[in-house]
Amino acid sequence: MNQLLAAGNGDSSGGLHFPAIESLLEWPGFLFEGNTFFELNKVGLIYIWAMVAPLVIFILAIRKSALVPRGVQTVAESSVDFVRENIVMQTMGPDGMRFMPFLLSLFFFIFFANITEVIPFIQLPANARMAAPAFLAILVWVVFNAVGIKSQGFFSYFKNTVIPPGVPGALLPLVAVIEFVSTFLVRPFSLAVRLFANMLAGHLLLVTFAVLCENLWAKNFLVSIIWAPFVVLIGLTGFEILVAFLQAFIFTILTAVYIGGALHPEH
Amino acid sequence: MIDLLAQADNALDGLKAVGAGLGYGLAAIGPGVGIGLVVGNAITAMARQPESAGMVRTTMFLGIAFTEALALIGFVVFILLNFA
Repeated sequence: MNQLLAAGNGDSSGGLHFPAIESLLEWPGFLFEGNTFFELNKVGLIYIWAMVAPLVIFILAIRKSALVPRGVQTVAESSVDFVRENIVMQTMGPDGMRFMPFLLSLFFFIFFANITEVIPFIQLPANARMAAPAFLAILVWVVFNAVGIKSQGFFSYFKNTVIPPGVPGALLPLVAVIEFVSTFLVRPFSLAVRLFANMLAGHLLLVTFAVLCENLWAKNFLVSIIWAPFVVLIGLTGFEILVAFLQAFIFTILTAVYIGGALHPEH
Repeated sequence: MIDLLAQADNALDGLKAVGAGLGYGLAAIGPGVGIGLVVGNAITAMARQPESAGMVRTTMFLGIAFTEALALIGFVVFILLNFA
């Protein structure tokens, strides 16, 4: 935001100056700086918040637990209920319940790293950097392959994945190659890119309209249309809250679908 | 000569920008139609059988996620062409 304001204020010669994408996404380290392993910047700080915030919520919910939930316990219980009813039960059924902690952690981590996009003075979705989505996608890839190998055995898991049932023999080589690529290569890639690109696009959209507001603010003769981008900005902020939630939901539900597919082969 | 080279460079940058914009626009056509189909049919299903709305909604989000991936890859190509 500081850079954003600087970009808007810095020039008064007219013309719309969109800040360079590096200044929106690349933040200097402010702790242990200078290429040390522990160097921390804003993005890293948001990830720590995304890790600590759910922990705090659930610890508070457990410490003051009552039969009739109130306050923070309602939040914790309804979110657990949401993940169970809408993600685990819809995709894996009752025997997917043992993946519930994993899926719930994924959901909360992604959601809290996304929602900083609309929190004033932070306004940066940490998942707009590729590192964490890529890491989470690789983690999911390892988990669903491990589950498949454990529940079906290595060779039969591979066979069931690559050769779908009911394919005529002549098409088999083609289908096998397509299935192999789509399961083992495209899945983690699309999982990471979906989260990353959605958050980056949302961030750029908000920045665009913020810059527009700021520039119009400086030009008095445009006072009659000042409200237009501001209204759009507010509307988009609401939309981005929805997107932050939806992306966490979609990432989690796709993970559940992949694990469910590895648990039960198609017949 | 240097002038010419600079001009060629400018032209290349311009072409890159045009290609990025066109590429994203083209990449958005298919997923736009696809998401419309997915959501439209999901609404039909929910209206016909409201008791299965939960299941239909979950499947709808899955379908949207898979369809949308193509548009997002287009967006990433746009970013790469423009900024990388």
